[in-house]
Amino acid sequence: MESAVAEAISRIPDPEVPVINIADLGILRAVDVDEHAHTVAVTITPTYSGCPAMEAIASRIVFEADRMGYAADVRTQLSPAWTTDWMSDEGRAALLRFGIVPPGPAPVGEPQGPVPVTLSRHVVACPRCGSADTTEIAHFGSTACKALRRCNACLEPFDEFKAI
Amino acid sequence: MSAPMSSSDTGTTPVTEPVTDPATSASESAEREPLPGAAENTGAAPGAKPYAAYLLGLADDAMVYAQRLGEWMTNAPQIEEDMALGNVALDLLGQARGLYPYIGSIDGTGRGEDDYAMQRDEREWRNVHLVEQERGDFADEMARLLWFSAYQVELHTALTGSSDDVVAGVAGKALKEVRYHLDHASLWVVRLGDGTDESHRRMQAALERVLPHLAELFDDDEASVLAADLGAGVLPSTLHDPVVARVARVVEQGTLTLPDGSRWRSRGGRAGIHSRPMGSLLAEMQHIARSHPGATW
Repeated sequence: MESAVAEAISRIPDPEVPVINIADLGILRAVDVDEHAHTVAVTITPTYSGCPAMEAIASRIVFEADRMGYAADVRTQLSPAWTTDWMSDEGRAALLRFGIVPPGPAPVGEPQGPVPVTLSRHVVACPRCGSADTTEIAHFGSTACKALRRCNACLEPFDEFKAI
Repeated sequence: MSAPMSSSDTGTTPVTEPVTDPATSASESAEREPLPGAAENTGAAPGAKPYAAYLLGLADDAMVYAQRLGEWMTNAPQIEEDMALGNVALDLLGQARGLYPYIGSIDGTGRGEDDYAMQRDEREWRNVHLVEQERGDFADEMARLLWFSAYQVELHTALTGSSDDVVAGVAGKALKEVRYHLDHASLWVVRLGDGTDESHRRMQAALERVLPHLAELFDDDEASVLAADLGAGVLPSTLHDPVVARVARVVEQGTLTLPDGSRWRSRGGRAGIHSRPMGSLLAEMQHIARSHPGATW
C-alpha cells in the first residue's frame, strides 16, 4: 500500500479492540485506490456474522477517505470467512502488550472424540506473569471474538482472543 | 441409533407477496451472484419464490432464536451465561442479516433486513416452532441449544457446498460460529447431566420437553425440495441421522437418556402457522419499529 489514503485506512483501529488496527486484524481485505477519480474501493470482512463493529468501521473508512479528498465505497464480503490466522505478527504483539492473549492456530475442522468435561482444553500463558497455569472462566468474553480466562498463579483474569 | 422423530410431514409453502414493487437494489453487501432461476431484480422468476421461501426459513430460524436467546441477558444463572447466550444470539442475528437482503433480491420485493425482521406479521414467518417456544429453565435452553446447534452444524456444513455463492458464503461463516455454540451447549448438558441428582433430573426432563418440537427441523417441504434440486439448499430429512448422532453422543456422555418418540409433534412453522408464544415474541421484538414507522437514529 503506497498511497496515503490506503495507508490511513489501514491504520484505522478496531473499535472494540483499539490496540489493533483493521489491517493487522486481517479484516481489511482489499483497498483499491483510483488516484484519477479520487475514489477508493475498500473490502472488509466481519470477524463474526453479527459483529456490531462493522458499521462503525465502514463509516470510519468513509470518514478517513473523505478528509483526504477521496470518496470511499465500502463493501462487506463474507467469503472466504475470516480466520484469526490472518492476524499479523504486529497485531498479535499489540494484543499481548494490551493484556489480551493472541489466538493460537485456527482449528482445522472439528475436535473429535468424546465431549470434554472441562472448559480448559489448551494451554494459554498468562499475559501478565507468563504462568502456563491458567483456566477458562467463560467460553464467551466481553466481545464475540474473546473468551475469559484466569491465571492460577497471579490470580488475574484476562481475555483470550479465540482462534477461529 | 434411536431416532426420536419422524420426518414425513409435507407442509404447504407460503409465498410472501411483494409489499413493494420492483426491487431497487439487493443490498450494499458483497458480491452477490445472480440467483438460480431468477431474473435480475425484476419481480420473481419461476422457482425464485419457493427458493426465497426456503432461505427465509433458514433466516427466520436464526432471527427468532436470536430474539429468544437475548431474553437471557440479566436472566441467566450467572453473568458469564448472560454474555455467552447474548453472544450466541448475536451470531444468529448476524446470520439472519446475511440472508434477508439477499432474499429481498430473490423474491422480487427488494425488502431489506428491517423489513423482514420488523414489518412482517406472524403468518409470514417461516421459522420452526422449536425456536419460538418460551424459554423455560436453564436446562430447557441447553437442551434446545444442543439440538439447534447440532442441526445448524450439519446444515451449514452441507450448505458450504451450495451452488449459490451467497448461501455458501453465509454458511462458511456461520459454521465456525455454530460449532462453538454446539460446544458450549454440549459442555452444559454433560455437566448438568453428570452433576447432582437435581441437575440430572432437570436436564433429563428438559430433553423430554424439547422432543415434540424437533421433527419440524427435518421436514422436507416444497421449498426445500426445490432448493435441494437446484443444488443450492439441502434436503432437511438428510440432516436427521447425523444430528441425532451428535446429540446422542453428548447425551450419553452426560449419563442421560435420549428420549424415544413423542406422543405429539409440532408442525406448521414453515407454512407460517405458529404456536401461541410467537405472537408475544413478535410484539416485543417489533413494537418500537412499528410504533414509529420510518424512525431512524
